[in-house]
Amino acid sequence: MTVFPCKPALLIALALIAGTAPARAQSNVAAGEKLAFDRGKGNCLTCHVIKGGDLPGTIGPELKDIKAKYPDRDELFAIIFDETKRNPQTMMPPFGRNRILTEQEINAIVDFLQTL
Amino acid sequence: MKQRATVLLGSAFVALAALAFAATRVIAADKVDPVADAKAFQNFFFQKFPNVKHEDFVNGPYSMNEDMKRQWQEKEEFPPYEFALDAGKEMFSTPFKNGKTYADCFPNGGIGIRQNYPYFDEKEGKVVTLELALNRCREANGEAPYSYVKDEMASLTAYMAYTSRGKPMDIKIPDDPRALAAYENGKRYFYTRRGQMNFSCASCHVQSPGERIRAETLAPALGILNAMPIYRSEWSGMGTTSRRFVTCNSQTRAVPLEPQSDEYRDVEYFLSYVANGLPISGPGARP
Ligand code: HEC
Ligand code: HEC
Repeated sequence: MTVFPCKPALLIALALIAGTAPARAQSNVAAGEKLAFDRGKGNCLTCHVIKGGDLPGTIGPELKDIKAKYPDRDELFAIIFDETKRNPQTMMPPFGRNRILTEQEINAIVDFLQTL
Repeated sequence: MKQRATVLLGSAFVALAALAFAATRVIAADKVDPVADAKAFQNFFFQKFPNVKHEDFVNGPYSMNEDMKRQWQEKEEFPPYEFALDAGKEMFSTPFKNGKTYADCFPNGGIGIRQNYPYFDEKEGKVVTLELALNRCREANGEAPYSYVKDEMASLTAYMAYTSRGKPMDIKIPDDPRALAAYENGKRYFYTRRGQMNFSCASCHVQSPGERIRAETLAPALGILNAMPIYRSEWSGMGTTSRRFVTCNSQTRAVPLEPQSDEYRDVEYFLSYVANGLPISGPGARP
């Protein structure tokens, strides 16, 4: 009798844990896409073709098959944070170093890039 | 012992001499040589775009591929800058309140002289652009100066460019250390990264001409001022060189300078000098 009422609660808790992980990832991906496309934020379309985005520029390479090319998300984070570290001549703005995007925002964009 | 000391001293001397030699060599390499500079600058673009005729570089984004070139030729049939040209001609020939005209302020009555601007004024010790000279002419004759970024200035420079079409850019750097310093300063500004986006002028117009930034095709830095002023559909109007500099700076979230500030004047000097030999094509029309 004392155990029984706990069971549904436990189940609910378990279901919540199981459910929130993908739910949060989902919303991070959506937020990342929004940030990447937003002209006042990432504005990545200025230079990159990205699936789902309008009027892309051609300065950078098309962003696709990202997970295959950069399996390590830290590397992606670093590219967005400050690509001049890898390539001092790059056109790509140092989004993290120059505080155009916060670390949290960059993480969301990384989540989005990994779906491309 | 003594011998060793001499050897040591001797090698120290050699090292010093080598150092001095290296130092002079570095200085020699660093010394501003605008003639060599301009040649290297032009060759960079000629090699990067072997299919673009040299005189076509003055057509900005339209020089970058055949499609763009066709668009340009179509535009030239009904040029959108025509109203500015007419207005400029009218303004140019209308006397000031004191009876004088713009023609009185310029060599050859202001006709066919666009290719000589900007020039280095040895009395003032600074670069004088055409826009600046026009406003000085107005002020010398008791008229209020025009805004550097608005239609009147664009109309005047459009007319002056038009009477100079086809004439090769012919910018001089007089034998005056201040002229060389102005050139060097303009060059430094052009290549220095700035603003939140960390772009230099060269990021867009040397590294990426012909590429699209969003929907806009980037013009090459070579001959980039030969077509000024320009009509832009995006502006639904004309823009002066000043307006374009300010716009490029602010669109990339860098703080723009005052129009006709010393630094912008120097940038114009640098960009015009390295375009020497390429024809004036202004006024231009852009998408
Ligand atoms: C002004 C131009 C520009 C903007 C804006 C820009 N990039 Fe880039 N990006 C580049 C260029 C150029 C490269 C090529 C690599 C280099 O230059 O080092 C690149 C490379 C990359 C790469 C590596 C791609 C590969 O295939 O190796 C990724 C990932 C990337 N950018 C993501 C982004 C994201 C995300 C944004 C927006 C938050 C963004 N970029 C905004 C110019 C830009
Ligand atoms: C991030 C990109 C970017 C930067 C940085 C930039 N520009 Fe531009 N510039 C453009 C774009 C886009 C245009 C409009 C398309 C074109 O004509 O190139 C343009 C046009 C111009 C034009 C007119 C060219 C023409 O034929 O229509 C001039 C002149 C010019 N820029 C000078 C400069 C100078 C000087 C700087 C530095 C102070 C600078 N630009 C920095 C993007 C840039």
